[in-house]
Amino acid sequence: MKTNQIPQDDSSLSKKDLKELCYAVDENGNYTTALSSGWEPKSVALNGSMQLIQQRVQNARQMVANGQVSPIVYFMEKNKMDLPILASYVSMWKWRVKRHFKPSVFTKLNDKILKKYADVFDISTEELKNFKG
Amino acid sequence: MQVEFKHNQSAHCENGVASNLLKHQGIEISEPMVFGLGSGLFFVYLPFIKVNFSPAFSYRPMPGWIFKRMAKLLGIKIKRQKFNSPEKAQQVLDQNLKNGIPTGLQVGVYGLTYFPDEYRFHFNAHNLVVYGKTDADYLISDPVMQETTTLTHHELEKVRFAKGALAPKGHLYYPVYIPKEINWEKAIRKAIKKNCNDMLAPVPIAGVKAIRTVAKNIVKWHKKFGVAKTNHYLGQLIRMQEEIGTGGGGFRFIYAAFLQESADILKNEKLSELSKEMTEIGDMWRDLAVQIARVYKKRSNQQDVYIMLSKNMLEIADREEEFFKKLKKAV
Repeated sequence: MKTNQIPQDDSSLSKKDLKELCYAVDENGNYTTALSSGWEPKSVALNGSMQLIQQRVQNARQMVANGQVSPIVYFMEKNKMDLPILASYVSMWKWRVKRHFKPSVFTKLNDKILKKYADVFDISTEELKNFKG
Repeated sequence: MQVEFKHNQSAHCENGVASNLLKHQGIEISEPMVFGLGSGLFFVYLPFIKVNFSPAFSYRPMPGWIFKRMAKLLGIKIKRQKFNSPEKAQQVLDQNLKNGIPTGLQVGVYGLTYFPDEYRFHFNAHNLVVYGKTDADYLISDPVMQETTTLTHHELEKVRFAKGALAPKGHLYYPVYIPKEINWEKAIRKAIKKNCNDMLAPVPIAGVKAIRTVAKNIVKWHKKFGVAKTNHYLGQLIRMQEEIGTGGGGFRFIYAAFLQESADILKNEKLSELSKEMTEIGDMWRDLAVQIARVYKKRSNQQDVYIMLSKNMLEIADREEEFFKKLKKAV
Protein backbone atom coordinates (compact mmCIF):
# COMPACT_ATOMS: atom_id res chain seq x y z
CA MET A 1 0.00 0.00 0.00
CA LYS A 2 1.26 3.49 -0.89
CA THR A 3 0.57 6.50 1.31
CA ASN A 4 -1.71 8.03 -1.33
CA GLN A 5 -3.76 4.81 -1.39
CA ILE A 6 -4.62 4.93 2.31
CA PRO A 7 -8.42 4.90 2.33
CA GLN A 8 -10.33 7.83 3.83
CA ASP A 9 -13.86 6.44 3.73
CA ASP A 10 -16.65 7.20 6.20
CA SER A 11 -16.92 4.65 9.00
CA SER A 12 -18.02 4.17 12.59
CA LEU A 13 -14.61 5.56 13.58
CA SER A 14 -14.98 8.76 11.58
CA LYS A 15 -18.37 9.36 13.24
CA LYS A 16 -16.54 9.60 16.57
CA ASP A 17 -13.78 11.60 14.94
CA LEU A 18 -11.25 8.80 15.43
CA LYS A 19 -8.59 7.70 13.00
CA GLU A 20 -6.47 4.60 12.94
CA LEU A 21 -2.83 4.24 12.07
CA CYS A 22 -1.80 2.44 8.87
CA TYR A 23 1.60 1.47 7.51
CA ALA A 24 2.37 2.41 3.91
CA VAL A 25 5.22 3.21 1.55
CA ASP A 26 6.01 6.83 0.58
CA GLU A 27 7.10 8.01 -2.89
CA ASN A 28 10.73 7.07 -2.13
CA GLY A 29 9.82 3.52 -1.18
CA ASN A 30 10.32 4.10 2.55
CA TYR A 31 7.86 2.84 5.14
CA THR A 32 5.95 5.45 7.08
CA THR A 33 2.68 5.74 8.97
CA ALA A 34 -0.45 7.69 8.13
CA LEU A 35 -3.97 7.98 9.48
CA SER A 36 -7.06 6.46 7.93
CA SER A 37 -10.65 7.44 8.69
CA GLY A 38 -11.97 4.08 7.53
CA TRP A 39 -12.21 1.65 4.64
CA GLU A 40 -15.38 0.61 2.90
CA PRO A 41 -14.78 -3.18 2.69
CA LYS A 42 -14.14 -3.19 6.41
CA SER A 43 -17.31 -1.22 7.14
CA VAL A 44 -19.28 -3.71 5.04
CA ALA A 45 -18.03 -6.57 7.22
CA LEU A 46 -18.55 -4.67 10.48
CA ASN A 47 -22.07 -3.56 9.53
CA GLY A 48 -22.89 -7.15 8.60
CA SER A 49 -21.84 -8.26 12.09
CA MET A 50 -23.90 -5.48 13.68
CA GLN A 51 -26.98 -6.52 11.69
CA LEU A 52 -26.56 -10.08 12.89
CA ILE A 53 -26.50 -8.88 16.50
CA GLN A 54 -29.56 -6.65 15.90
CA GLN A 55 -31.38 -9.63 14.46
CA ARG A 56 -30.50 -11.80 17.44
CA VAL A 57 -31.73 -9.08 19.83
CA GLN A 58 -35.01 -8.77 17.90
CA ASN A 59 -35.50 -12.54 17.91
CA ALA A 60 -34.85 -12.69 21.63
CA ARG A 61 -37.33 -9.87 22.27
CA GLN A 62 -39.98 -11.74 20.27
CA MET A 63 -39.30 -14.97 22.14
CA VAL A 64 -39.66 -13.21 25.48
CA ALA A 65 -42.95 -11.71 24.29
CA ASN A 66 -44.13 -15.19 23.25
CA GLY A 67 -43.22 -16.56 26.66
CA GLN A 68 -40.62 -18.94 25.15
CA VAL A 69 -37.56 -17.62 27.02
CA SER A 70 -36.89 -15.45 30.07
CA PRO A 71 -35.80 -11.78 29.89
CA ILE A 72 -32.24 -12.89 30.71
CA VAL A 73 -31.86 -14.11 27.12
CA TYR A 74 -32.90 -10.72 25.72
CA PHE A 75 -30.48 -8.76 27.91
CA MET A 76 -27.70 -11.27 27.22
CA GLU A 77 -28.07 -10.69 23.46
CA LYS A 78 -28.41 -6.95 23.96
CA ASN A 79 -25.08 -6.91 25.78
CA LYS A 80 -23.46 -8.87 22.90
CA MET A 81 -22.91 -11.83 25.23
CA ASP A 82 -23.30 -15.56 24.75
CA LEU A 83 -23.86 -18.30 27.32
CA PRO A 84 -20.19 -18.85 28.34
CA ILE A 85 -19.56 -15.10 28.73
CA LEU A 86 -22.72 -14.53 30.77
CA ALA A 87 -22.01 -17.56 32.98
CA SER A 88 -18.53 -16.20 33.63
CA TYR A 89 -19.89 -12.75 34.58
CA VAL A 90 -22.45 -14.08 37.07
CA SER A 91 -20.01 -16.77 38.35
CA MET A 92 -22.42 -19.65 37.83
CA TRP A 93 -22.24 -22.92 35.91
CA LYS A 94 -23.42 -22.73 32.32
CA TRP A 95 -26.14 -25.36 32.90
CA ARG A 96 -27.51 -23.26 35.74
CA VAL A 97 -27.66 -20.10 33.63
CA LYS A 98 -29.29 -22.10 30.86
CA ARG A 99 -31.97 -23.23 33.30
CA HIS A 100 -32.66 -19.58 34.13
CA PHE A 101 -33.48 -19.06 30.45
CA LYS A 102 -36.76 -20.95 31.07
CA PRO A 103 -39.60 -18.55 31.96
CA SER A 104 -41.01 -21.03 34.50
CA VAL A 105 -37.67 -21.18 36.37
CA PHE A 106 -37.05 -17.44 35.99
CA THR A 107 -40.28 -16.42 37.77
CA LYS A 108 -39.17 -18.41 40.83
CA LEU A 109 -35.69 -16.86 41.10
CA ASN A 110 -34.99 -14.99 44.34
CA ASP A 111 -33.90 -11.35 44.39
CA LYS A 112 -30.30 -12.16 45.20
CA ILE A 113 -29.82 -14.11 41.99
CA LEU A 114 -31.85 -11.62 39.95
CA LYS A 115 -29.63 -8.84 41.26
CA LYS A 116 -26.55 -10.68 40.05
CA TYR A 117 -27.93 -10.66 36.51
CA ALA A 118 -29.25 -7.10 36.76
CA ASP A 119 -25.84 -5.82 37.89
CA VAL A 120 -24.09 -7.47 34.96
CA PHE A 121 -26.63 -5.95 32.54
CA ASP A 122 -26.40 -2.56 34.30
CA ILE A 123 -30.16 -2.39 34.94
CA SER A 124 -32.38 -2.62 38.04
CA THR A 125 -33.87 -5.90 39.27
CA GLU A 126 -37.33 -4.47 38.58
CA GLU A 127 -36.44 -3.75 34.96
CA LEU A 128 -35.21 -7.30 34.50
CA LYS A 129 -38.24 -8.86 36.19
CA ASN A 130 -40.81 -6.77 34.36
CA PHE A 131 -39.40 -6.94 30.84
CA LYS A 132 -42.19 -8.32 28.67
CA GLY A 133 -40.56 -8.15 25.24
CA MET B 1 -0.64 12.37 40.57
CA GLN B 2 0.80 12.09 37.08
CA VAL B 3 3.92 10.60 35.50
CA GLU B 4 5.57 12.31 32.51
CA PHE B 5 4.70 9.92 29.71
CA LYS B 6 4.95 10.33 25.96
CA HIS B 7 1.97 8.91 24.07
CA ASN B 8 2.59 7.64 20.52
CA GLN B 9 -0.25 6.26 18.47
CA SER B 10 0.36 2.80 17.05
CA ALA B 11 -1.58 0.41 14.86
CA HIS B 12 -1.76 -2.41 17.38
CA CYS B 13 -2.28 -2.17 21.13
CA GLU B 14 0.26 -4.77 22.23
CA ASN B 15 3.15 -3.49 20.09
CA GLY B 16 2.17 0.06 20.98
CA VAL B 17 2.20 -0.44 24.74
CA ALA B 18 5.51 -2.32 24.53
CA SER B 19 7.08 0.37 22.36
CA ASN B 20 5.76 3.25 24.51
CA LEU B 21 6.84 1.64 27.81
CA LEU B 22 10.34 0.93 26.48
CA LYS B 23 10.71 4.40 24.96
CA HIS B 24 9.89 5.73 28.42
CA GLN B 25 12.92 3.75 29.67
CA GLY B 26 15.11 5.32 27.00
CA ILE B 27 15.14 2.51 24.44
CA GLU B 28 14.25 3.83 20.99
CA ILE B 29 12.18 0.98 19.58
CA SER B 30 9.56 1.34 16.87
CA GLU B 31 6.27 -0.51 16.67
CA PRO B 32 7.38 -2.63 13.67
CA MET B 33 10.58 -3.56 15.54
CA VAL B 34 8.56 -4.78 18.55
CA PHE B 35 6.30 -6.72 16.21
CA GLY B 36 9.18 -8.26 14.26
CA LEU B 37 11.20 -9.19 17.34
CA GLY B 38 8.06 -10.83 18.72
CA SER B 39 7.84 -12.93 15.52
CA GLY B 40 4.37 -11.41 15.22
CA LEU B 41 3.41 -12.35 11.66
CA PHE B 42 1.14 -15.36 11.61
CA PHE B 43 -2.03 -16.94 10.41
CA VAL B 44 -4.06 -19.29 12.52
CA TYR B 45 -7.40 -20.98 11.97
CA LEU B 46 -9.29 -22.54 14.89
CA PRO B 47 -12.52 -24.05 13.52
CA PHE B 48 -13.42 -25.55 16.92
CA ILE B 49 -13.44 -22.16 18.68
CA LYS B 50 -16.34 -19.87 17.86
CA VAL B 51 -15.91 -16.09 18.04
CA ASN B 52 -18.90 -13.93 17.08
CA PHE B 53 -20.63 -17.06 15.77
CA SER B 54 -17.81 -17.81 13.35
CA PRO B 55 -14.68 -19.98 13.47
CA ALA B 56 -11.71 -18.11 14.94
CA PHE B 57 -9.13 -16.67 12.55
CA SER B 58 -6.14 -14.61 13.50
CA TYR B 59 -3.30 -12.95 11.63
CA ARG B 60 -1.07 -12.90 14.74
CA PRO B 61 -0.05 -15.19 17.61
CA MET B 62 -1.83 -15.46 20.98
CA PRO B 63 -2.28 -12.15 22.82
CA GLY B 64 0.76 -11.36 24.95
CA TRP B 65 3.20 -13.55 23.03
CA ILE B 66 4.68 -10.77 20.90
CA PHE B 67 5.61 -8.71 23.96
CA LYS B 68 6.96 -11.75 25.86
CA ARG B 69 9.14 -12.99 22.99
CA MET B 70 10.50 -9.53 22.26
CA ALA B 71 11.38 -8.91 25.92
CA LYS B 72 13.07 -12.29 26.20
CA LEU B 73 15.18 -11.74 23.07
CA LEU B 74 16.38 -8.34 24.26
CA GLY B 75 17.00 -9.51 27.83
CA ILE B 76 14.39 -7.14 29.28
CA LYS B 77 12.70 -8.28 32.47
CA ILE B 78 9.00 -7.53 32.88
CA LYS B 79 7.20 -7.71 36.21
CA ARG B 80 3.66 -9.08 35.85
CA GLN B 81 0.90 -9.36 38.44
CA LYS B 82 -2.67 -10.69 38.45
CA PHE B 83 -5.19 -10.26 41.25
CA ASN B 84 -8.23 -11.87 42.77
CA SER B 85 -9.43 -8.73 44.49
CA PRO B 86 -10.14 -5.46 42.66
CA GLU B 87 -9.17 -3.46 45.78
CA LYS B 88 -5.70 -5.00 45.86
CA ALA B 89 -5.36 -4.50 42.09
CA GLN B 90 -6.12 -0.82 42.49
CA GLN B 91 -3.74 -0.42 45.45
CA VAL B 92 -0.81 -1.87 43.52
CA LEU B 93 -1.57 0.31 40.49
CA ASP B 94 -1.83 3.46 42.66
CA GLN B 95 1.43 2.61 44.43
CA ASN B 96 3.11 2.24 41.03
CA LEU B 97 1.88 5.65 39.93
CA LYS B 98 3.13 7.15 43.21
CA ASN B 99 6.53 5.62 42.46
CA GLY B 100 6.47 7.23 39.02
CA ILE B 101 6.03 4.01 37.05
CA PRO B 102 3.72 4.15 34.01
CA THR B 103 2.01 0.77 34.08
CA GLY B 104 0.71 -1.49 31.32
CA LEU B 105 -2.68 -3.11 31.81
CA GLN B 106 -4.56 -5.90 30.09
CA VAL B 107 -8.23 -4.93 29.79
CA GLY B 108 -11.55 -5.95 28.23
CA VAL B 109 -12.67 -3.93 25.22
CA TYR B 110 -16.41 -4.03 25.99
CA GLY B 111 -16.20 -1.47 28.80
CA LEU B 112 -13.95 1.02 26.99
CA THR B 113 -16.32 3.97 26.77
CA TYR B 114 -14.09 5.97 24.42
CA PHE B 115 -14.47 3.38 21.60
CA PRO B 116 -17.34 3.55 19.11
CA ASP B 117 -20.16 1.12 19.97
CA GLU B 118 -19.40 -1.04 16.94
CA TYR B 119 -15.95 -1.81 18.26
CA ARG B 120 -17.08 -2.72 21.77
CA PHE B 121 -17.34 -6.47 22.01
CA HIS B 122 -16.24 -9.03 24.58
CA PHE B 123 -12.55 -9.30 23.76
CA ASN B 124 -10.33 -9.32 26.84
CA ALA B 125 -6.80 -8.91 25.57
CA HIS B 126 -6.59 -5.21 24.83
CA ASN B 127 -3.61 -3.29 26.25
CA LEU B 128 -3.16 0.25 27.49
CA VAL B 129 -0.91 2.28 29.79
CA VAL B 130 -2.05 4.14 32.92
CA TYR B 131 0.20 7.11 33.66
CA GLY B 132 -1.73 9.11 36.24
CA LYS B 133 -4.73 9.50 38.51
CA THR B 134 -7.02 12.38 39.45
CA ASP B 135 -9.87 12.46 41.97
CA ALA B 136 -12.36 11.11 39.44
CA ASP B 137 -10.29 9.54 36.66
CA TYR B 138 -7.31 7.49 35.63
CA LEU B 139 -5.17 9.00 32.84
CA ILE B 140 -4.94 6.53 29.99
CA SER B 141 -2.56 6.18 27.06
CA ASP B 142 -4.37 3.77 24.75
CA PRO B 143 -1.95 3.27 21.85
CA VAL B 144 -4.63 2.85 19.19
CA MET B 145 -6.05 6.30 20.04
CA GLN B 146 -4.62 9.50 18.56
CA GLU B 147 -4.57 11.27 21.93
CA THR B 148 -4.46 10.24 25.58
CA THR B 149 -7.82 9.71 27.24
CA THR B 150 -9.40 8.96 30.64
CA LEU B 151 -11.55 6.35 32.36
CA THR B 152 -13.34 6.86 35.69
CA HIS B 153 -12.10 4.78 38.62
CA HIS B 154 -15.19 2.59 38.32
CA GLU B 155 -14.81 2.14 34.54
CA LEU B 156 -11.17 1.12 34.89
CA GLU B 157 -12.06 -1.45 37.53
CA LYS B 158 -14.74 -2.86 35.22
CA VAL B 159 -12.39 -3.32 32.25
CA ARG B 160 -9.60 -4.74 34.44
CA PHE B 161 -12.01 -7.33 35.80
CA ALA B 162 -13.90 -8.13 32.61
CA LYS B 163 -14.99 -11.78 32.50
CA GLY B 164 -15.05 -14.50 29.85
CA ALA B 165 -12.26 -15.97 27.74
CA LEU B 166 -8.79 -14.53 28.55
CA ALA B 167 -10.18 -12.66 31.60
CA PRO B 168 -7.48 -10.13 32.56
CA LYS B 169 -7.87 -10.49 36.36
CA GLY B 170 -6.42 -7.04 36.85
CA HIS B 171 -3.23 -8.07 34.99
CA LEU B 172 -0.62 -5.29 35.16
CA TYR B 173 2.98 -5.20 33.92
CA TYR B 174 6.00 -2.93 33.63
CA PRO B 175 9.70 -3.32 32.75
CA VAL B 176 11.96 -3.69 35.81
CA TYR B 177 15.31 -4.45 34.18
CA ILE B 178 16.83 -3.15 30.96
CA PRO B 179 20.24 -4.53 29.89
CA LYS B 180 23.00 -1.97 29.25
CA GLU B 181 24.02 -3.47 25.92
CA ILE B 182 21.55 -4.89 23.45
CA ASN B 183 22.68 -7.03 20.54
CA TRP B 184 20.07 -5.99 17.97
CA GLU B 185 21.62 -7.93 15.07
CA LYS B 186 21.46 -11.24 16.89
CA ALA B 187 17.94 -10.63 18.17
CA ILE B 188 16.64 -9.71 14.72
CA ARG B 189 18.15 -12.80 13.06
CA LYS B 190 16.70 -15.08 15.70
CA ALA B 191 13.26 -13.51 15.53
CA ILE B 192 13.11 -13.72 11.73
CA LYS B 193 14.11 -17.38 11.77
CA LYS B 194 11.44 -18.17 14.33
CA ASN B 195 8.83 -16.35 12.29
CA CYS B 196 9.77 -18.34 9.18
CA ASN B 197 9.47 -21.62 11.06
CA ASP B 198 6.08 -20.62 12.50
CA MET B 199 4.71 -19.70 9.08
CA LEU B 200 6.07 -22.89 7.49
CA ALA B 201 4.88 -25.14 10.34
CA PRO B 202 3.71 -28.55 9.12
CA VAL B 203 0.21 -28.35 10.68
CA PRO B 204 -3.05 -27.51 8.88
CA ILE B 205 -4.22 -24.83 11.32
CA ALA B 206 -1.09 -22.66 11.53
CA GLY B 207 0.88 -20.55 9.07
CA VAL B 208 0.78 -20.97 5.30
CA LYS B 209 -0.98 -24.33 5.61
CA ALA B 210 -3.80 -22.73 7.62
CA ILE B 211 -4.32 -20.17 4.85
CA ARG B 212 -4.74 -23.09 2.45
CA THR B 213 -7.16 -24.84 4.79
CA VAL B 214 -9.37 -21.75 5.01
CA ALA B 215 -9.15 -21.21 1.23
CA LYS B 216 -10.39 -24.74 0.58
CA ASN B 217 -13.08 -24.41 3.25
CA ILE B 218 -14.64 -21.36 1.57
CA VAL B 219 -16.06 -23.59 -1.15
CA LYS B 220 -17.09 -26.24 1.37
CA TRP B 221 -18.88 -23.69 3.59
CA HIS B 222 -20.91 -22.49 0.64
CA LYS B 223 -22.04 -26.04 -0.19
CA LYS B 224 -22.70 -27.03 3.39
CA PHE B 225 -23.99 -23.87 5.12
CA GLY B 226 -25.27 -21.67 2.29
CA VAL B 227 -24.60 -18.05 1.37
CA ALA B 228 -25.56 -16.20 4.56
CA LYS B 229 -23.29 -18.17 6.87
CA THR B 230 -20.38 -18.29 4.42
CA ASN B 231 -20.57 -14.53 3.99
CA HIS B 232 -20.66 -14.06 7.74
CA TYR B 233 -17.51 -16.18 8.13
CA LEU B 234 -15.78 -14.26 5.34
CA GLY B 235 -16.86 -11.00 6.97
CA GLN B 236 -15.16 -12.09 10.19
CA LEU B 237 -12.03 -12.90 8.20
CA ILE B 238 -11.93 -9.32 6.86
CA ARG B 239 -12.54 -7.93 10.34
CA MET B 240 -9.60 -9.86 11.78
CA GLN B 241 -7.46 -8.74 8.85
CA GLU B 242 -8.33 -5.06 8.77
CA GLU B 243 -9.94 -3.89 11.99
CA ILE B 244 -8.13 -1.53 14.36
CA GLY B 245 -4.75 -2.92 15.10
CA THR B 246 -3.32 -4.63 12.06
CA GLY B 247 -1.93 -1.56 10.28
CA GLY B 248 -3.62 -2.90 7.15
CA GLY B 249 -3.32 -6.19 5.25
CA GLY B 250 -3.36 -8.43 8.34
CA PHE B 251 -0.07 -7.04 9.79
CA ARG B 252 1.76 -7.70 6.49
CA PHE B 253 2.63 -4.00 6.08
CA ILE B 254 3.95 -3.71 9.64
CA TYR B 255 6.15 -6.73 8.99
CA ALA B 256 7.40 -5.21 5.73
CA ALA B 257 8.30 -2.06 7.69
CA PHE B 258 10.20 -4.23 10.17
CA LEU B 259 12.15 -5.90 7.35
CA GLN B 260 13.05 -2.52 5.90
CA GLU B 261 14.31 -1.31 9.29
CA SER B 262 16.23 -4.57 9.77
CA ALA B 263 17.85 -4.29 6.34
CA ASP B 264 19.60 -1.11 7.54
CA ILE B 265 20.66 -2.55 10.88
CA LEU B 266 21.99 -5.81 9.43
CA LYS B 267 23.23 -4.05 6.27
CA ASN B 268 21.48 -6.77 4.32
CA GLU B 269 20.23 -5.61 0.91
CA LYS B 270 18.22 -8.82 0.48
CA LEU B 271 15.95 -7.86 3.35
CA SER B 272 14.94 -4.61 1.70
CA GLU B 273 14.07 -6.56 -1.46
CA LEU B 274 12.00 -8.94 0.66
CA SER B 275 10.34 -5.99 2.37
CA LYS B 276 9.04 -4.89 -1.03
CA GLU B 277 7.76 -8.37 -1.68
CA MET B 278 5.96 -8.46 1.66
CA THR B 279 4.28 -5.16 0.73
CA GLU B 280 3.00 -6.81 -2.46
CA ILE B 281 1.66 -9.72 -0.43
CA GLY B 282 -0.09 -7.23 1.89
CA ASP B 283 -1.66 -5.65 -1.20
CA MET B 284 -2.92 -9.09 -2.25
CA TRP B 285 -4.66 -9.48 1.12
CA ARG B 286 -6.21 -6.04 0.67
CA ASP B 287 -7.48 -7.04 -2.78
CA LEU B 288 -8.98 -10.18 -1.30
CA ALA B 289 -10.84 -8.05 1.28
CA VAL B 290 -12.23 -5.87 -1.54
CA GLN B 291 -13.42 -8.97 -3.41
CA ILE B 292 -15.02 -10.46 -0.31
CA ALA B 293 -16.83 -7.19 0.44
CA ARG B 294 -18.19 -7.19 -3.12
CA VAL B 295 -19.51 -10.74 -2.74
CA TYR B 296 -20.91 -9.85 0.68
CA LYS B 297 -22.84 -6.86 -0.65
CA LYS B 298 -24.27 -8.62 -3.70
CA ARG B 299 -25.26 -11.79 -1.84
CA SER B 300 -24.73 -13.58 -5.13
CA ASN B 301 -25.57 -17.24 -4.89
CA GLN B 302 -23.20 -18.28 -7.64
CA GLN B 303 -20.77 -20.95 -6.61
CA ASP B 304 -18.10 -19.60 -8.94
CA VAL B 305 -17.55 -16.43 -6.87
CA TYR B 306 -16.57 -18.58 -3.91
CA ILE B 307 -14.34 -20.69 -6.12
CA MET B 308 -12.67 -17.46 -7.27
CA LEU B 309 -12.14 -16.25 -3.66
CA SER B 310 -10.73 -19.64 -2.77
CA LYS B 311 -8.36 -19.57 -5.73
CA ASN B 312 -7.11 -16.08 -4.88
CA MET B 313 -6.48 -17.06 -1.28
CA LEU B 314 -4.55 -20.14 -2.38
CA GLU B 315 -2.43 -17.86 -4.51
CA ILE B 316 -1.60 -15.76 -1.42
CA ALA B 317 -0.64 -18.95 0.44
CA ASP B 318 1.75 -19.92 -2.40
CA ARG B 319 3.30 -16.45 -2.37
CA GLU B 320 3.80 -16.52 1.40
CA GLU B 321 5.30 -20.01 1.34
CA GLU B 322 7.81 -18.98 -1.30
CA PHE B 323 8.47 -15.75 0.61
CA PHE B 324 9.27 -17.36 3.96
CA LYS B 325 11.53 -19.95 2.35
CA LYS B 326 13.53 -17.09 0.82
CA LEU B 327 13.51 -15.07 4.04
CA LYS B 328 14.85 -18.00 6.01
CA LYS B 329 17.86 -18.20 3.68
CA ALA B 330 18.42 -14.45 3.75
CA VAL B 331 19.37 -14.20 7.46
